[in-house]
Order: sequence, then C-alpha cells, then structure tokens
Amino acid sequence: MIEISRLTKKFEQFAAVDDLSFSVAEGEVLGFLGPNGAGKSTTMKVITGFLSPSAGSVMVDGFDIVQNPIEAKTLIGYLPEGAPSYGDMTTLEFLHFIAEIRGYRGEEIVARVQHAIKDVELESVAQQTIETLSKGFKRRVGLAQAIMHDPKVLILDEPTDGLDPNQKHHVRELIKNLAKDKIVIISTHILEEVTAVCTRAIIIDEGRIVIDGTPAELEEKSKYHHAVSVRLTQDYNLASDLQGVTGIGDVVKADEENSYTILASNSDSIFAKVSEIAQKKQWPVTEFHVNRGQLEDVFRSVTSQSQGGE
Amino acid sequence: MENLGIIFRRELMGYFATPLAYIFIVIFLITNGIFTFDIGGFYLRGQADLLPFFSFHPWLYLFMVPAIAMTLWADERKTGTIELLLTLPIKLSEAVLGKFLAAWVLTGIALALTFPIWITVNYLGDPDNGVILAAYIGSWFMAGGLLAIGSCMSACTKNSVIAFILTVSICFTFVIMGSPILLNALPAWLPQFIVDAFAALGFLTHFDSISKGVLDIRDFLYFTVFIAAWLLASAIVIEIKKAN
Repeated sequence: MIEISRLTKKFEQFAAVDDLSFSVAEGEVLGFLGPNGAGKSTTMKVITGFLSPSAGSVMVDGFDIVQNPIEAKTLIGYLPEGAPSYGDMTTLEFLHFIAEIRGYRGEEIVARVQHAIKDVELESVAQQTIETLSKGFKRRVGLAQAIMHDPKVLILDEPTDGLDPNQKHHVRELIKNLAKDKIVIISTHILEEVTAVCTRAIIIDEGRIVIDGTPAELEEKSKYHHAVSVRLTQDYNLASDLQGVTGIGDVVKADEENSYTILASNSDSIFAKVSEIAQKKQWPVTEFHVNRGQLEDVFRSVTSQSQGGE
Repeated sequence: MENLGIIFRRELMGYFATPLAYIFIVIFLITNGIFTFDIGGFYLRGQADLLPFFSFHPWLYLFMVPAIAMTLWADERKTGTIELLLTLPIKLSEAVLGKFLAAWVLTGIALALTFPIWITVNYLGDPDNGVILAAYIGSWFMAGGLLAIGSCMSACTKNSVIAFILTVSICFTFVIMGSPILLNALPAWLPQFIVDAFAALGFLTHFDSISKGVLDIRDFLYFTVFIAAWLLASAIVIEIKKAN
C-alpha cells in the first residue's frame, strides 16, 4: 500500500505538485497521466525518495520515505525517466552491481541477474557495454534493474517510450505478469497503454488530480461514449431523421467522406434507437459501430492547454 | 557500510573500463619525471633524497586531480544516473564516500607507480626511507584534500568542464595560501596571528613539513578534517541541487 497524503513539491515559488493525495493498493496498476509539466515525474521522484517533499508525506508499506528512506527504497523498483544507467559498464556488470546493492550475495547474484536478463530478453546484449546499445535495449536494461529484486512496488516513468510496437507489447505483457500482487505506477503519454495495462488511471494537471477512476470510468466521461459511427455510400441527411429522438445529441461529420458520428446526449446507449431508425429510413449504410469513449478526448477536455516546462 | 565497498568497486572499475585511468597514470608518471629530473635537478643536487620529486607534487596535482574529480558528480547529473543511484537503498554518505575513495585510490595507484624513483635513489645513495615514506603518505593526503574540493565542485554543476575550472581555482587558492608568494603579498599592518592562521590553512605549510620528514599528527589531522569538511559540503550540495 502506498499512501500519498497532501503531497506538495515546490521549486522556488512554482508548485510542481500541489496538495496531492491518493493511495494505491496491492494488485493495482495505476496509470499516471497528464500533459508535459503536469508533475508526473516530480511526483514519482518524491515517491521514490529522490526528491524530498516540500509538504505532505509518502508512506510505502508503512515506511515514510523521508523518515525511513532505506526501508522504503528497498521495497521499490524504479525506472527513472529516460532509463539512465552507467554507459561504461556492460549489461551484465551493471545488473551485477545493482544485485549487490540490493543485498544479494554469491550464487544468488548470478541467479537474480540471469532471471532479470531473461525476463526482459537481454541475452543477446549481456556482454555489450550499455552505451553501445539501442534505445530499446537501454530501456530494457533499466527495466531489468527495476524488477531485479522482485519489488513490492514498481514505479516506471514512461517505460515504453522509444520502443517499437513489438517491444511495447512485450513490456506491457511483462508489467501485466508482474502486477498480480504488486503495486505498479506507470506514467505515460500513450493513452492506449492505460486501456492495455492499467486497472486505474489518474490524470493530473498543474500538480493536481483532475480525474481518478478505472479506464472504463474515464471513457464514460468522453462525449464519444456510446456514440454511434456510421459510414454511408452516399451523402444523406441523418440529422433530420434523428431530430427529436430522446437520448440523441449532435451529429458530427467525421474525417472520412460520408462518415458521421452520432453522439449520445446522456450516458444511455443509443445503438438500438439509431439502428431502428436506420432500418426504417433505409440509410445507405456500409459501416455501423458503437464507439467506446475516447481517453484522448477526456484527457484533452480535463487538462489545460497551457504547457509548462518540466 | 557494505554498500560503500560496492560503490567504491564500481567506481574504480569504471576508471579502468575507460582509458581515463591509464591516461591519468601515464601522464602523471611522465610529468613527474620531467619535473623531478629536468626542473628539479635530481642528479645535480647530489643529495640522496626525493625532495625535488615531492616539491612539485602540489603543482602537478593542481591540474591532474581536478581532471579526475570533475566527473565524480557532474556526469551522474548529466546522464541522470544520480536518480538511479540515490533511489537505491543506500545512504548518500555511502555514495559520496565510495566515489571519493575510488578516485583517491586511483591517485594512490598513480603515486605508488612512481616507485622506480625510490629504487633509483636507494641505488645511488643512502636516503632516509622513513622520510620518503612519510612524504609519500603526505603527498597522497594532499591529493585527497584536492579531490575532496573537486568532489564538491563537481556536485555543483552538470558540466564537468566548469567543475574542472572551479576546482583548479579553489585548489590553487588553498595550495598557495601558505606559500611565501601570497604571505608576502599580505599587507604589513595585518596582525601576525591572522597571517599565521592564513598560512596554517595552506596546503604547502603542511605538506612541506611532512615531506621533510617531520611527522606531526596535526598535519595529518589537518588533511583529514579538510577532506571530511569538503565531502560533507559535497553531500549538502548534492542534496540541495538534486532537483535541477
């Protein structure tokens, strides 16, 4: 259990994290979202004990990160932004060093290192110096380092940034497998990742939480939730047919030709109604499907457009 | 304290994983040779001691030591590994001390590799080997003092070149503090105790007495306290500047 209460981190006068409170329980995979400069990385840096909070507290499994930093840090595996590692070491040497620091000795070091290497598929570059590796491999070295000691709390700052789609998929699978009895916090820009791996998402903006819920709950907040997309063979005035039907909102022209999105005016499903009207009026339909809410849309509507520097 | 050893080994290995350590050692040995034999007139003096060898060490260290020290923390900040290192379950003091000791041992290795000159002087004459040993230890401690300054300066910036320049400047100040050049330049109206205090803070005052074989515990104490103070300052600077 991680408990963050009234956490504030100020840099001079600017509050990067502003009175933030939330807790994460075992088994949860928390997606931490927000625009650049919203305070995602700063929050993670405070949780992991790299930065000290200006006010408020972080408790990791009962250990205060300020009062008992060593105990708290022992429980945490952390992939910092950009996955830094010592470039002049080989993958094997680096992981060996981490294993030692994590308190393993003798045979167990080898076992832990081998296990971590296998988990993130680093076998092919084990003997290479890290600075010669590609971005994807460097990130995997960072991941290996973070999961090495089978930590109770895993904090990953943009774990899939710079990976190709296959690697992204692999990392997500890895996180899902790890997550069972752990606490995982992932920051990301990629919203599809939230639906793919997270059980819960928090969107923060200007250091404050603006939304906290499951990915499904977030989607419901989208205006595209339950919306029906139609594609026609020729242009047709749908709006006039739909006028006055309860539960149906605006009809929006989509990007593609002869395509429209019919929005729901409240959170009820309108599929049945629209489909009935479509049959009755014999719309020239080629495609017809219900949208899920779009996280991107929710994200944009709840975060301000102002871009702060981080 | 086990972590101290792990960090120490990683750092020392790091020096030898790149050409840095080898270049440092080779240049140190070459310049030492030039200083001792050409400028110091080792043979011409006709004396069986290593005074010309050791008397150039403060000036040699002035440039060699900051070159080692400049990357200590600046590079960690630049590459972001400082975030990795300081979120591992270690104490900041272990990281500061481990890194410092690795750099200090590297200078120790370079210093120890000057042993042929010790063999030479023993072959040519009958020197007081106790004095020579004391001078070696004194020289190593002086290198440690300069390294500790470098550690703190390196913690101040992401840019290792800036760290180098800062370290050289501050080291220079401390080296010449006790030298006649600076002491003579002080205004005559200053009370003697201030002049003495000034001289007592300088490296040369302490190193000169050690290298002449005068083993005063206070000289070693001076260097030890000096190192401790600058390492403490390093830790404070790291703590404050982590956020940027």
